[in-house]
Amino acid sequence: MQWSEDGIVLGVRRHGETSAIVELMTREHGRHLGLVRGGAGPRLQAVLQPGNRVAATWRARLDEHLGSYSVEGLRLRAGAYLALPHALYALTHLAALARLLPERDRHPHVHDALEAILDHLADRRAAAALVVRFERMMLAELGFGLALDRCAVSGETEDLAYVSPRTGRAVTRTVGAPWHDRLLPLPAVLAAEELVLEASDDDLVEAFRTTGFFLARNVFEPRGVPLPDARTQFLNAALRRERAKTPAEA
Amino acid sequence: MSAGPEIERLIQLLAKLPGLGPRSARRAALHLVKKRDLLMAPLTAALQTAMDTVTVCEVCGNLDSRNPCTVCADPRRDPSIIVVVSDVADIWALERANAVNSRYHVLGGTLSPLDGVGPDDLTIDALVGRAHAPEVTEVILALDATVDGQTTAHYITDRLSDAKVRVTGLAHGVPVGGELDYLDEGTLTTAIRSRTTMG
Repeated sequence: MQWSEDGIVLGVRRHGETSAIVELMTREHGRHLGLVRGGAGPRLQAVLQPGNRVAATWRARLDEHLGSYSVEGLRLRAGAYLALPHALYALTHLAALARLLPERDRHPHVHDALEAILDHLADRRAAAALVVRFERMMLAELGFGLALDRCAVSGETEDLAYVSPRTGRAVTRTVGAPWHDRLLPLPAVLAAEELVLEASDDDLVEAFRTTGFFLARNVFEPRGVPLPDARTQFLNAALRRERAKTPAEA
Repeated sequence: MSAGPEIERLIQLLAKLPGLGPRSARRAALHLVKKRDLLMAPLTAALQTAMDTVTVCEVCGNLDSRNPCTVCADPRRDPSIIVVVSDVADIWALERANAVNSRYHVLGGTLSPLDGVGPDDLTIDALVGRAHAPEVTEVILALDATVDGQTTAHYITDRLSDAKVRVTGLAHGVPVGGELDYLDEGTLTTAIRSRTTMG
């Protein structure tokens, strides 16, 4: 068995003294693991960092084997994000979300979305908008998609302001008003078809509150685990405070 | 192999050491048996002594036969600076380089969701406690320039936000002997950003 494809590094686990088991997100082969000989060595360590794009060739005798990768770096983005806490937390959180997908299950949309997000992690607000959209996409990929295109009661498509925590369907401001304290907020950054990069911090916090509720209830709690710590740390770093100065800037 | 069970056991144990596989463990075992008085007896004694005396320093997490360790007990060390490292091997590397004359703190690893290592698995709480001591003015985060290492560094920076200390990190850039053509984009970008005046 052999195939070659580009992939995004999601995680690396040291295997023995010199090798590493690398987890890639590929377009055609989904989330796919493989052994990289020499992957823990200094030559490949810079390449095998989460977020980097690599050209990979996977080989195994049988399809169900772990197999081995030979990799070459294509876009080594991780190094540029080392000084940006929100970007590092986002990398960890995105990888944790992608890890929810079954291994070797093809999810081209997730791959493409990840690739797009990883190019825009430097801008904290754009990163937050992209990550919350990715969370919504992951809910859909895992079978818990939110129906946010029209009001569940009136069918209207304008002025959608709330999401029902029970059904995950949107309602308009007028319809939801009597129960607004029991409904989840639906800011434009989450509802809009097109990506909204100019969202305010408050809108982004509300959007994360809504996706966080459904992620926790439908995805993480049934698995017996809490929402990833990296998600909270990402929100703190990206939305709730100004960027800390680096020692060089201080 | 027709060696007795004692030698088989020795080979099995040696093969568990880093850098040794079954074949090299067999060679090492044979060498030890041949050099019984010259090597095996002193090695056994040294192992027993290390087993009996080496402990983890309760202050910094270093390995030493004293507790607190030699570094923590040394009055010539600058008590105002704590250098945070992920592993004892990093202390040895910094000591070899003679780079700092300060105290250390060993975290015991870095945050790694894939390996299930969270903040509670590291000695971050102990570090925060040490950083609040009045004599401490700076905490240097000497952690790996990897996503896990720097995520840990930023997490610690957040945790130290209410301590009255300056939190610094190691510079990232072109290593000695590094050729620009072979460096990754991130390292080059950081190196250009952190450029220094020549002359």
